[in-house]
Amino acid sequence: MDYRPDAEQQMLIDMVRKFVREEIVPLEDNLDPDGAELDPADHARLVAKTKAMGLYGIDIPKEFGGPDIDIVTRTLLAIEMSQHRAGLYVPCYGVFGGAGLAQLFEANADQKERYLFPTLRGEKKVFFGLTEPSGGSDPARAIKTRAERKEQGWVINGSKIFISGADRAQYGIVFARTDASKGRGGITCFIVDSDTPGFHVRRVVHTLRSASYATELEFKDCWVSDAQVLGEVNKGFAIANDRLSRQRIPYAASCIGVAIKANEMAIEWAKIRSTFGELLANRQAVQWMLVDNELDIRSSRYFTLEAAQKALRGEPFRTEAAMAKLTASEAGGRVVDRSMQIFGGMGMTKDLPLERWYREMRIRRIGEGPSEVQRMVIAREIVSGGVGNA
Amino acid sequence: MRLRLNKPWRSLDAAETARVQGQLGVYQIADASGTIVMIGEAGARTTFGLRSELQRELAARGPGFSFRFEVNQQYRTRWFEMLMVHQADHGELPLDNRANPPKLGRLSPA
Repeated sequence: MDYRPDAEQQMLIDMVRKFVREEIVPLEDNLDPDGAELDPADHARLVAKTKAMGLYGIDIPKEFGGPDIDIVTRTLLAIEMSQHRAGLYVPCYGVFGGAGLAQLFEANADQKERYLFPTLRGEKKVFFGLTEPSGGSDPARAIKTRAERKEQGWVINGSKIFISGADRAQYGIVFARTDASKGRGGITCFIVDSDTPGFHVRRVVHTLRSASYATELEFKDCWVSDAQVLGEVNKGFAIANDRLSRQRIPYAASCIGVAIKANEMAIEWAKIRSTFGELLANRQAVQWMLVDNELDIRSSRYFTLEAAQKALRGEPFRTEAAMAKLTASEAGGRVVDRSMQIFGGMGMTKDLPLERWYREMRIRRIGEGPSEVQRMVIAREIVSGGVGNA
Repeated sequence: MRLRLNKPWRSLDAAETARVQGQLGVYQIADASGTIVMIGEAGARTTFGLRSELQRELAARGPGFSFRFEVNQQYRTRWFEMLMVHQADHGELPLDNRANPPKLGRLSPA
């Protein structure tokens, strides 16, 4: 397969690459090394630029006002957007806009009016409430939060953990068990306004990702009406699953972007740093690390673009998305680690972005489904005969 | 880690601030009545972490204040958390954090 960008894709890649290098990276010199937000004036100025570039709201479908860029091109651009210090989790500090949560594109007309459109206009923020203290890898079985029928609505009780943005969001998409006798067939998805009585953001959860935090939520007799059910009762797991599969492609792409940048820095350093009278670039031990970096980057890029192409063609891509997420998150960690080794002591400091990438990249082997779950997804397909010669 | 910083207060003076480690973390400043007037962070851009931040506070405020701190590599998220907890407990931010606060969410800590 030929994954070289076509002329139009290359033009967009060049445009975004220039934007990252000339607009984003210089601002980071004045931010905390763990910064996650731009000064509001800078943010507004750069949003105006991405709108002028025709790339604002890049992940929003055309029918909802997005720029109509296909998923392969978006993947190529996501690789570019993450090539800066905060890029793994906050690509370009959000100045290209977000799509909100993709599930809302499937919401009913009333829900779209109340939630999707305000989110797309930037008036409302949303959180995704899936993971619970009982586990995140197997949501179909781990979800203990329950919703019980009451007065033309549902009463939600339970807790969620590792939920990003819940303390700032106006509403969330929350998964709860509505039929205890069924596994994945007993979960329903609810839209919960964050000012609903009984909804609490109980604490901040500090992690390796010290630029921003997750939260722990508690639902205590939190009543929501039937109008807040997203999709159908007991069919919420499919909504969660679809989101998890789709999310794995951009998730992989940002790992690749950071790996590319780390490797680029390591190469530059190896060309100018001498030890014992010889440039690092001329030492076989370092050359082999650079070779391994290149192999890791190219292989994860291949898997990620393959997944994006299958999604673009409308074919099932869950297995390929798992392969992309698995390879890119694991390879990204190795590339950053080797690059730090090449930099030596400087690689450990907050003067360089490597230490932040090292911490954040470690989370990537867990977030959006750990490596072991990705392997289970792929293995299931292999054993059932679904994976052949690509 | 405790949600609320409850270490003993130290006098914000030259001798006490000189004893503080040059590590990253968060701190609180209280006035003579014990009211917390500032919650700050000592991030990676500071010259000597908590020590230089507290010495800067001392130079700016003069005598009559006290401080306490927590060494914490997650100084950024811990700072946000402490501000949100203070807001939840007191209904408002400390006086000296009100002029230019970071974007905060809302917590309802148990």
